[in-house]
Amino acid sequence: MISFKDLTLAYDRQPAVHHLTGQIARGALLALVGPNGAGKTTLMRAIAGDFPAAEGELKVNTKRIAWLPQQADVDRQFPIDVRAFVAMGLWARIGAFCDLGRKGRDRVDEALAAVGLSGFGARPISALSGGQMQRVLFARLMLQDAELCLLDEPFAAVDARTTEDLMALLHQWRAEGRTVIAVLHDMDLVRRHFPEALLIAREKIAQGPTAEVLSEANLTRARLALASDDRAALSPRAAA
Amino acid sequence: MSHLLQPFLDYVFMQRALLGTVAIALSATPVGCFLTLRRMSLMGDAMSHAILPGVAVGFLVSGLSLGAMTVGGIVAGLAVAVLTGAVTRATGQREDASLAAFYLISLALGVLLVSLRGSNVDLMHILFGSVLALNDAALRLLCVIATLTLVTLAVVWRPLVLECVDPTFLRSVSRWSGPVHLIFLGLVVLNLVAGFQALGTLLSVGMMILPALCARFWCRNLGPMVALAMGVAIAASLAGLVASYEWSLPSGPAITLSLGAIYLFSLICGPKDGILARFRPRPHFHS
Repeated sequence: MISFKDLTLAYDRQPAVHHLTGQIARGALLALVGPNGAGKTTLMRAIAGDFPAAEGELKVNTKRIAWLPQQADVDRQFPIDVRAFVAMGLWARIGAFCDLGRKGRDRVDEALAAVGLSGFGARPISALSGGQMQRVLFARLMLQDAELCLLDEPFAAVDARTTEDLMALLHQWRAEGRTVIAVLHDMDLVRRHFPEALLIAREKIAQGPTAEVLSEANLTRARLALASDDRAALSPRAAA
Repeated sequence: MSHLLQPFLDYVFMQRALLGTVAIALSATPVGCFLTLRRMSLMGDAMSHAILPGVAVGFLVSGLSLGAMTVGGIVAGLAVAVLTGAVTRATGQREDASLAAFYLISLALGVLLVSLRGSNVDLMHILFGSVLALNDAALRLLCVIATLTLVTLAVVWRPLVLECVDPTFLRSVSRWSGPVHLIFLGLVVLNLVAGFQALGTLLSVGMMILPALCARFWCRNLGPMVALAMGVAIAASLAGLVASYEWSLPSGPAITLSLGAIYLFSLICGPKDGILARFRPRPHFHS
């Protein structure tokens, strides 16, 4: 589904991820983990086609990609109700001009029901709590009917019950044959729910079965690799 | 009441003024709603100053010619919008900083150019407009711009909404993001140029921003907000023109002050975020 070879992604010549090689199989449920500043979001943006490779190669064998960015990207004060917001997930079918139709409206209601928000359709998005907004974003993602689902910190600031409910959806999507990649910081959650993980710290530290990837040795290695990168970037020689 | 409406029955210049301001109300207020929702209200104000040098060049070339000043205003407005975007991308400066620099240069340049040839009366005409002196050509231009704006908004409505509420999502599902931003900037410039015919370069932005800000205090959804903003702009135009006729006030400022009065009323009484509403217990939603 996704393969990268010697992939380097950089902001203004400063690498966020460098020399990454590996692949992610179709139907995987994979957690992308690493310390803050490891390059996880940048890698997700590159897979979504929103960030160009500075060097190397990145191949994604589908164009049906759904991307759930960090919540801060949504203007919660915009005057739009939940139903209209979720309906945007049908963009691939309705585009800029077509009407939703009866079928489209039914699908929106079904998606809201699937995330536990039946009856919330007429509410403005500004009236939702953080957890409810995250459910709304999942409902929109469902409607995109994508082969590849990319989720950037989908459970940040969400309570345990909402997290468990939304995790059940991720398992359901995987059972339907979709590939799901999620950036996560909660290692317990990753160990409980994700069979595979990719640990990065600007470079690849480990990839494979979660229990092996999240070993204490690998996590320590990731922290040290990032600290060493930062020291190198701040050294007088690098500055010169 | 009929006494107040009598001038519109008796005088053609009042009918023209009303028709012109209604055209601007229908056209500029939806654009203003999107401007305020994108937190670009001050950008609209800056752009209204930015069209001045183009209008002034048109004035230098052809005097108070509608066509020359309109084309000049559109070219100058678009040039400043494109230059601001280019400088922001090339230098990493924030867009509002680049825009502030360009609009100040434009305003000074525009006033200088007008003063090279014109009198203080000409300068006042350009800065504050003359809604009571709209001729056939000006009315036609206002109606054409209103039609073009409403048709364009109908076409780009969905991507424009998405660009406002979740630009990252729009980029991920379509290629509309760049074009819709440029189309929107074009509509802003076009409507500021239309507004300047009636209200002048300094006050034209008032008809764009104030009705949108009023409507925001009353509506929770975009469609009703745009409809209410249009109604507010038409009501303020009517009130401003009547006040202007009855008490011999300058009509542009009278219309803008009418909008200001509705804004203050909305600010105090509006059920959504109005001052009084903050002290009233609100019913909660039911799922």
